[in-house]
Amino acid sequence: MAEVPTGYTVLHERPKAFYDTFERKGDLQGQTHYCPGCGHGLAHKMIARAIDELGIQDRVVAVSPVGCAVFTYYYFDTGNVQAAHGRAPAVATAVKRSRPEAIVFSYQGDGDLAAIGTAEILHAANRGENITVFFVNNAVYGMTGGQMAPTTMLGQKTTTSPLGRDAFNEGYPLHVCELLAALEAPVYLERVALGNAKQVMAASRAIKKALTNQVKGLGFSLVEILSPCPTIWKMNPAKAQERVREEMVKVFPPGVYRDRTAEAQTRPAPPPPPRLEELPRLLDLEAHDFTPAADFQPGALDLRIKVAGFGGQGVLMLGEVLAEAGLLLNLDVSWLPSYGPEMRSGTSNCHVRISNRTIASPLVARPTMLLAMNEPSLRKFVADVDKGGWVLYNARSLPADVKAPEGVHVMCVPFTELADTLGEPRAGNIVMLGALLEASGILSREAIDRALEIHVRSARWLELDRRALELGRDAARKELAYACV
Amino acid sequence: MAKQLIKGNEAIVKSAILAGCRAYYGYPITPASEIAEAAALYMPRAGGVFVQAESEVSAVNMLYGAASAGVRAMSASSGPGISLMQEGISYLAGAELPCVIADITRGGPGLGNIAPEQSDYNQVVKGGGHGCYRMLVLAPASCQEMADLTALAFDLADAYRNPVMVMADGFIGQMMEPVEFAAQAHPPGSQPWAVEGNRETRLNLASSIHLEPDRLEEHIRHLEQKYLRAQREAVRCEHYETGDAEIVLVGYGIVARILKAVVDEARAEGIKAGLLRPITLFPFPSAQLRALARQASVFLTVEMSTGQMVEDVRLALEGRKPVEFYGRCGGNAPSAAEVLQVVREVARRSTPVLIPGAIAKTEVCHG
Ligand SMILES: Cc1ncc(C[n+]2csc(CCOP(=O)(O)OP(=O)(O)O)c2C)c(N)n1
Ligand code: SF4
Repeated sequence: MAEVPTGYTVLHERPKAFYDTFERKGDLQGQTHYCPGCGHGLAHKMIARAIDELGIQDRVVAVSPVGCAVFTYYYFDTGNVQAAHGRAPAVATAVKRSRPEAIVFSYQGDGDLAAIGTAEILHAANRGENITVFFVNNAVYGMTGGQMAPTTMLGQKTTTSPLGRDAFNEGYPLHVCELLAALEAPVYLERVALGNAKQVMAASRAIKKALTNQVKGLGFSLVEILSPCPTIWKMNPAKAQERVREEMVKVFPPGVYRDRTAEAQTRPAPPPPPRLEELPRLLDLEAHDFTPAADFQPGALDLRIKVAGFGGQGVLMLGEVLAEAGLLLNLDVSWLPSYGPEMRSGTSNCHVRISNRTIASPLVARPTMLLAMNEPSLRKFVADVDKGGWVLYNARSLPADVKAPEGVHVMCVPFTELADTLGEPRAGNIVMLGALLEASGILSREAIDRALEIHVRSARWLELDRRALELGRDAARKELAYACV
Repeated sequence: MAKQLIKGNEAIVKSAILAGCRAYYGYPITPASEIAEAAALYMPRAGGVFVQAESEVSAVNMLYGAASAGVRAMSASSGPGISLMQEGISYLAGAELPCVIADITRGGPGLGNIAPEQSDYNQVVKGGGHGCYRMLVLAPASCQEMADLTALAFDLADAYRNPVMVMADGFIGQMMEPVEFAAQAHPPGSQPWAVEGNRETRLNLASSIHLEPDRLEEHIRHLEQKYLRAQREAVRCEHYETGDAEIVLVGYGIVARILKAVVDEARAEGIKAGLLRPITLFPFPSAQLRALARQASVFLTVEMSTGQMVEDVRLALEGRKPVEFYGRCGGNAPSAAEVLQVVREVARRSTPVLIPGAIAKTEVCHG
């Protein structure tokens, strides 16, 4: 700023939160791009003053909209982010969340905030984001040449409501403060006007208060500013001000719609972030202690398992335990669930591969083991089972009309019924797992036990599942003995 | 670090945090929701931000805000949500803001279904938003790559100041495999151009506007140079048995896993097959494909779509060799057996093939 010559007193000066010259502007860098008498210029000035008075210039991030105020970054000597049409509250949310020390305001027109950006403003307000919103309501789309806005008044003519806004065709003007006042979270909502000097002073106070709330960490504040647009309204600046004063305030009554600044609690500062070394623990990435027994020899192993049944029968979990055990034994594993509509309709299945070589495809088209917990699954997949493979079926026998392919071992055991004897039919999947391990001799007992511990978090279930595993092993031994007779 | 049995979707989040990501904004959608769920749990633990946005439109604009503030940030979605994000992606690219988005693809168009498909290729790789911009696109084929390529995505995003997409099909997102995570965590940093709300960054501006045509052209040329640089420096692909391949299969994501099994089986029958798996879909491994055209007599692109990437394969080969196509869609994955049958046909006669009862497309069908 130039030095003040002696003999002069400064009565009025450009706020420090404005640039001296507007270098981001292409030409006429000494003046704004706003039309004479436009409310945006006045609103900018009041915001800049408030920033000066609060001494927060370095901390401010202004988020500009799409609309006549798209270029606020020409003027505010603060951090600036330019947002897409209507999205400023979402952008401001994220700036503030990641930089809580910043003082973030969005500056939006009525098309931006109350039409295309209704979802963003409503939800930012509802989350109670600790941001400040300046909402300039001039009842038209200024930038695009005077189309109807959601705040256009009944009867008001615009280029897209040439006969005047008609409630039956265009609905009624949208009342943003009243709408947001229906929410619990906002701390401060006030509507002000730029119709005369008195109104302007009230607006100035509201603007400062809305910023102060954020500095104090109180939460969401919005000031709606009824603002003249002489150009689109085709009025001279004085007439336009008069319209704000006489007409607009009747449709949009100025006033405080929410003020909880007195009782609002200051948001706690975020806790200090953890040290980087703590991340593996915080991300649950610590190793599961397990060393395979020295004598464990998987040999050439290529298990292709399909587990299938009703939702709730634990088929996905059974697959997970198998895959986890394989991994504990340093084998390559994959687990692929069916997911999708079939989950809702009740059936689910998963593909599990366990191999001592790198697994190419995790999809199992020709299983070496089919674990069928219900009849539809058996019918669906039994024909796919590979020669030399196994079918375990959750019943005393296969249905009369179902035949396993040639060379496939079949074991039919009512696993769910057995689990019922433990008082928990849902443990049928683990009974089946016990039987599978006993019958096929795959994987090691220790690995399965450890895998169960990893996947079963509740102590009651772990105890139950251990017993279920034994029950399954016993049942399989009996079946095998019987088969040998 | 020890290997973890972990879902692809969850691996993305843990790897992102280890890569210094400290902000997640997203909206639930199958089959990507586990990413949001894991982020909701782990981001706050790591001192980061998690917000469930009101829509993907908001989520991508929150990404824009977080990226403006200079933090490593991410989101994730699937087809319908990625469609909604296109506007924001265009703004991110225009304002040169780095961030990572994961697309766990499902069936379309419209609501389609939630089963895996690869039909987001065009909207992601070609860009569904307005303007001359590209996204860098990484295509993991395993849970390990979900972790590795997510970490890489953050580095590329910063290096190119551009949004980067990690695009995986629903299978890769939903399945579990052993994953070894990075041993070193990347500290959350800041960027000299960021708008952080402090004295040091007060003069910074994040914006995609350039009113003057000359200025905008200059800006677009600058973006163009970045994309050309990516084409020179950032291409990644995997060659599998391509050394002497006469028939080169081309596929990405889960399809590439199936194609590896196909290559093995074809070779067991004496058919010299190989696989080129693009890992970056943009930049596309065009030069690598052209190099293979010197020895191979035919290419077979396999996708879970009616043929989207195949156009890039054709563009890359510029008519040097015939390009066949085989696709399944609607949530169906091609089985190794059915692709093997196509490979046999293609190998037997390098004329167009049609497999009755399956969606097989040929040069002729493509017109
Ligand atoms: C997605 C999108 N749709 C439409 C536009 C065109 N557009 C630019 S400004 C604007 C209206 C702005 O009106 P308002 O928010 O009332 O602000 P004012 O110009 O009156 O200050 C529109 C529709 C755009 N930039 N982006
Ligand atoms: S068109 Fe209206 S809102 Fe836009 S600058 Fe001119 S007077 Fe202001």
